[in-house]
This record gives sequence, C-alpha cells and structure tokens, in this order.
Amino acid sequence: MSIDVGQFHQVFFEESHEGLQQMETILLEAKGQVPDPERINALFRVVHSVKGGAGTFGFSQLTEFAHTLETLMDAVRHDQIQWSDDLIPLLLESTDALRHILQCLDEDVEVDAEVTADLSMRLQVYLQDTTQNDDADIDEKAAINQSSSETSTNNTNCWKIDFVPHRSLFHTGNDPARLFEELAELGELTVEADDSALPAFTDFEPEDCFLSWHLQLLSTADEPSIREIFDWVEFDCDLTIHSVDPEASDPAEITEVSSDSDDKLGAASSKPTQAETVKSTPDKPAKTNPSGSAPASSSIRVETDKIDGLINMVGELVITQSMLAQMGKDLSDQTPSIIIDRIEELERNTRDLQEGIMQIRMLPISFAFNRFPRLVHDLSAKMGKQVNLKTTGEKTELDKSVMEKISDPLVHLVRNSLDHGLESPEVRTAKDKSPTGELHLNAYHQGGNIVVEIKDDGAGLNTEKIHQKALEKGLVEADANLTKDDIHNLIFLPGFSTADEVSDISGRGVGMDVVRKNITELGGTIDVYSKPDQGSTFTIRLPLTLAIMDGQSVQVGSERFIIPLLSIVESVEIKPGDVKLVSGKGELYLHRQEYLPVIRLQQLFNLPDHPETLQHHDLLVILEAGRNRIGLLVDDLLGQQQAVIKSLETNFRKVPGVSAATILGDGAVALILDIPGIWELHRQYRAVQAAAATEPAAMIEEEV
Amino acid sequence: MNQAATNTNTSEREYLSFQLGDEQYAVEILQVQEIRGWQPVTTIPNSPEYFCGVLNLRGAIIPIVDLRLRFGMPFLDYSKTTVVVVLKLKEANKIIGLVVDAVSDTHLVDQTMIQPVPEMGEMIDTNFFEGLVDIDGQMVMLINIDYLLDSEAV
Repeated sequence: MSIDVGQFHQVFFEESHEGLQQMETILLEAKGQVPDPERINALFRVVHSVKGGAGTFGFSQLTEFAHTLETLMDAVRHDQIQWSDDLIPLLLESTDALRHILQCLDEDVEVDAEVTADLSMRLQVYLQDTTQNDDADIDEKAAINQSSSETSTNNTNCWKIDFVPHRSLFHTGNDPARLFEELAELGELTVEADDSALPAFTDFEPEDCFLSWHLQLLSTADEPSIREIFDWVEFDCDLTIHSVDPEASDPAEITEVSSDSDDKLGAASSKPTQAETVKSTPDKPAKTNPSGSAPASSSIRVETDKIDGLINMVGELVITQSMLAQMGKDLSDQTPSIIIDRIEELERNTRDLQEGIMQIRMLPISFAFNRFPRLVHDLSAKMGKQVNLKTTGEKTELDKSVMEKISDPLVHLVRNSLDHGLESPEVRTAKDKSPTGELHLNAYHQGGNIVVEIKDDGAGLNTEKIHQKALEKGLVEADANLTKDDIHNLIFLPGFSTADEVSDISGRGVGMDVVRKNITELGGTIDVYSKPDQGSTFTIRLPLTLAIMDGQSVQVGSERFIIPLLSIVESVEIKPGDVKLVSGKGELYLHRQEYLPVIRLQQLFNLPDHPETLQHHDLLVILEAGRNRIGLLVDDLLGQQQAVIKSLETNFRKVPGVSAATILGDGAVALILDIPGIWELHRQYRAVQAAAATEPAAMIEEEV
Repeated sequence: MNQAATNTNTSEREYLSFQLGDEQYAVEILQVQEIRGWQPVTTIPNSPEYFCGVLNLRGAIIPIVDLRLRFGMPFLDYSKTTVVVVLKLKEANKIIGLVVDAVSDTHLVDQTMIQPVPEMGEMIDTNFFEGLVDIDGQMVMLINIDYLLDSEAV
C-alpha cells in the first residue's frame, strides 16, 4: 500500500513552526532561571516531534540536525547537563536553523548545509564539554542507576519488556514487527503476543492496534540502548522494561514512560504536557507534573478554503433572507403576521450564524505579537540597548487575513522604535530616565475596529528635523501653517526617512510610507503622537475582518455604489452655487473653513450620459483618503448595510477605483469604492485635463 | 439534438453552437457551465463597450461579454431570445458569460475535420478562433475561449 505522504507535508511544517514558536517562548522566559522540568520536557518534545516527522517524510538533513539537538535536550532533561544561560542563545540559534531548514524544504530549495553543520558541531561540542565536566557526577548517577541491575555491563542480562501500544499506534505508521527485528539484533528474543484486548469482531477497528506484547531479551545491551529502539513509539505506548535477575527473578522496575498518543507530528504546541515520569536516579524523587499543567486545547485544523466557502454560503443566505424580508414587507397587508414573525426569526438566526462563522476566522493578536520578544531580544542585544517589552491585549481577536498582512508593518514599527526611538542606556541615564527603555504593544477593540498601539518612552520624534527635511524634499510649502501633529504625520509621506545613516535595522528608505500604504490597503489608518523625550505612540486602526464591511450605499446616476463606512467623515447637503470652479485645478467646496476637492464619479467612471450639472446632486459625502479629505457628489444616500466582500479578481481583474464588489439585497451586484484609488483617479483625471488646457501655455513657458 | 452524445470515437468532440446574426459559432461543450436568459448587469467603470458588466451568479461575480460587440458586429438590443452562455474555464479557473443571439444546437465534431482559420487581414483577430468546421453545409467558427479571456483580462 502506498500513500502519498506529500499531502501531510504542510501539516508537518505548520505544526513544526508552532512547536518552534513555543520552544522560543520557553527559552526567552527561561532567562536567568532554570525552567521547570515540565518546560524542559516540552522543549524536548518539540525537537523530538520535528525529528520524528522529518524521519517519516525522509527529510534526512532535518532528521540529522534535530537528532543532535534532541540528544542535547535529552541530556538536559535527564540532568546530565546542568541548565545554564549559555544554552539559551545556542538553542535559539538552533530553532532558527530548524526554521530555516523547514522553510527550505517547504519552498523546495537547497538547505545551506554550512549553517547547520557549524551549529550541530557546536551543539556536539557543548554536549561533550559539559558532560565531561560533569563526568564524575554522571558516573555516580550511572552507578546508582544501574545498582538494581548491577552485573549489566558485560554479562548477559535477561530483560523483560512489556510493550503495550496505544490503539492508535498504526496511525502513526509504526510497525511493531520492525521493533522486534531490531531487538532481535541485540540478543536472543522471545516474543509473546497478548490478544486479550481484542474486541468482538463487530467492534473491531481494522486500523487500530489491540495487541500487546511481552518480550524477553537475553542480551548484553544496557537499558538505554533497548529504550532507544522504542524511541519512535515512546509517546504511543506504555513501555515497561524490567531487568530480571537470572537467579532471583525479582524484577526491578527502572523506568516507566507513559504518554498520550496522537501526538506524533509535534502537536506539542498546544497540547497539555503529558504525564511523563522520568526517574533518572533512584535517589531523586520522581519528577511529576505540577498539578496545573497547560490547559487542554481542543482545536482542529481546518483549511481556510473551507471556512471561506462557508462565509460565501452564509453571505448567500443573508441575501436570500433579506430578499424574503423585503417580500414580506411588500406583502404585509396580505401576509399573516406569523410569517412576518418567522422571517424576523430567520433574520436573527442568520445574523447569529454569520457572526459565528466570522468568529472562526478570528485569531488572537498574540499570533502576531509572539514574534516580538525574540525580535526585541536580538535587536536590543545588537544595538546595546536595554529594552523591556510589554504586551497587553494579546487576546484581542482579528481576522486571520488581516493578521497576516499586519505583521510586517508591525515589525517595521517595532524595529523603528528600537532603532530611532529608544536611546542607549547612557543617553537615557543622562536624561534622567531609567536605563531600560519601555516598549509597549497594546491591542483593543473600538467600535468595529481593532486598534494596535506601539508605544515607546524614547526620544520622541524630532519635530524640527522632520519639518526641515520635508521642506528640503519639497513635501510641504514653507509658509504652510502646520501643527506639531501635522509635522509628525509627515513621516508617512513617500520617500521620507530621517535616519542620518542607513542602518542595518531600519532606515532603508522604504519606510513609513510603505507601512501606511499596507495599512491603507487593509482599509485602516495610522497616526503618530509624539512628545520630545517622552516617546512616541503609533496607533493603527484596522477593520476586524476583510470578509465583511460596513458600507453606505449611495446612488450616483443610475448606479449604486458602496462606500466603506470607515472612510466617511460626514455627509452634507449642498447648493449648486457652493461648488467653486478653479481653473485647471477642478472644483472645490468650502467645508468648515477647509477647501475640499469635489469629485464627480460620472467623470471618473465614464458613467452613461448623465448631465454634468449640479442639479442632480445635492449631497456631498466627505471622505478621508489617506491624509486627504475629499468630497464625493452623490444623488442619494440609500442606507447602511453589511456588505459581504467579493473580489472582482476571482473571475475578472482589478478595476481602478473599485476595491471589490458585493451583492445587494435584491441580488444585484454593487461595486465597493476604493477611496484612495478614487483620489488617485481624480488626480490623474485632473492632470490630463490640466495638460490639455495648458498645452499652449506650456509652449510659451518654453520660450521664456 | 440530432446527434447522440455517445462519443466513442476519440477524435470527436462535442460542441455547442450559437448564432450571432447569420453566423454560426461554437464552443466546446465541456466548457459550458450553463445557459441562462439575459439579466441586467452592473456596469464596470472605464471598461470597453463590449464588456457589459458583472453579474451575480449564485454568489460568484462573473464578467459578461457581448460577443457581437467583441467581434465588431452591430449592437442588437437584448430580447427574450438573447442568452448568456456561461463558460467555466478549467485552466484559468475562471467563469465568464458570453452574450449571444441564440443557442442553436450541439454537434459532434471530428477533430480532423477542423480547418485552420485563413488570414483575414486587419478586419478581425484570427486568434479568437481555433478553427473552422463545416456542419451540414454551414460554416461554424470554433471560438478559442482562452484567448478571448486573456484579451479581457489585459
């Protein structure tokens, strides 16, 4: 029987990454103290699972490296190596190396063998050095360890092995027969199968293991080498190994390892730590789990496609439901009230169902925050800064797709804070501040949005310098009356970087403008608030999900469009005379002492002939397009609704000025306006108009 | 349906033919997802005239192309017989609807009988067609859907 194991690769990669993430968290927390045995076991299990999976899939390079690491972790686990802080950087590097290999395997590229070779060499050196230092200790332990099986070393010993696999043994691809063959190589083996657990034929599951085995091995091998053979199934069975004194057959129990099954591919990440008892030396009390072990998380992995499918279907249901509701209203004279009631009930249930399904896609933001302890740890060490990272609101949930897209901007902002914001300990002391800088990541919900704050208590933005730079680059007019906050927000303009030197960490020219662009693309906003020597706070506001959106539907000519509610500042009724024509620069409307450019969708979208006079428009919707405010002329405001966002690119292509489409209550498609895109279109339109208008003028200029 | 769908000869493929004016065109039937009546669509801004707009097809948003206008024929008002042939393109994994005058018939076409399209000058892009075939004395143009879709996507 051949199974295509390739289909499991992705699961293995994902689970391994999760495991490594967990490993990293433990390592970073362990700084300055010896982690409790449970955590060390957790570390071991991660590596063990990676190795196990790698072995199954035949990723030999990964297996080898993981094996070296596993050996080290095993030694730590069994107290053969004392835990020390030197281990942490080494192990962190190892997690990086494992990640690197995993990624290479995932992308199907060659692994940089040098990196891993060097590292595994250092791991081995560490292992040897420390074990030699502790030689005496080990010897002692070994002596005690074997006190019950004294004559083991050279004499033939009689081992009794009770091998009781869990029912799921075969699911993990293990074959007891192979284990027995390996055992047989060590000496004389007698195998006795115990079929007492076999159920009645009707209850028999052909893929489960109901057998257990009692083995007797006459061998010179010592217990660890026997145990090694069971390495792969350690977590899938109950294993007892007795040494039987040939004279007095009094079995002395040495070790007992019991563990839960179905842990094969390193689900260690979220699984509770199993009851694992390791009696390393008889003189030490057995280490058992502290009572409050990690909470059991019963989660399942589901492909996002399936969830997206569900979201689509529920979207359909919502539309059908609203059509029904409309029909109910239209016929309310003739419809019995009971039907109306039922339709309302359906509406409630549909809404709950939609919310429930949206909830599935929601993940706590800790997934994005998790990488920062490591990043801050590495960067602060590199820059010689002392940083205390605080994260709050990690449980705040947001849509997975938003999370994926917000990670990079967040990393950029954190790097920026570390590089430009927080000062070195000396400077901080000179400023009468604690030498350790504070970096605070915070997340919370506000309205239908998620707010993420990155706050540092560093030097703050240099208002003067930013203003000067903006003037140099011609980003602002010299006589422009700008508040401090206005100036601070200039850093989000394209091509702006105040770093005097381009550093390795940030300031590569791709700066805050990219951050803002990414955030704007998600329909969010970013602002900065800063005070000299008190620090800066970056505030990001994002929609909770990309699957649905609160929208305002508007009528323009014969078409209906949806405007994202998040972009709307307000809507005002205007008189035709209020719009001022400025030659070449288009139309402006004075709104609260501010001239706003007026945008006509008819022009931008080439909508079917609708007279371009103002009589038909009497509403101006004031919108925020990035930092700009614009006014959009519409004929009517039709009402707010939750729009299920449907990409136009699935079957068609991207349309400028349109972010996506949605389906209205009557089944028709409405386009969702992309406000920054509209602003861009408008500028292009004006540029073309201006070029056409000033062509003769340009010729005159050339002559001058 | 004058021909049985029992396709035993491997060189034969089944086509769906339809009318544009007096001319006959055909697409491979395996690409046809469904045939539906004309239904108002939502126009897409700044798109060519032959591109009618998008339609909600059970939750999927699909583009609709007027094949008459695409091939430079005069516009014909949409009527009761106007149909939209919805095609599902497996390779591109896209769905597209074509507005045609009326659906005619299905035909088994022997692949060896397909003739290449002769060069027709600047008048029409011959890439739109896979070939020509003669069915019962009438010339039928076989449409190259992938090219049509590609030229839409640009």
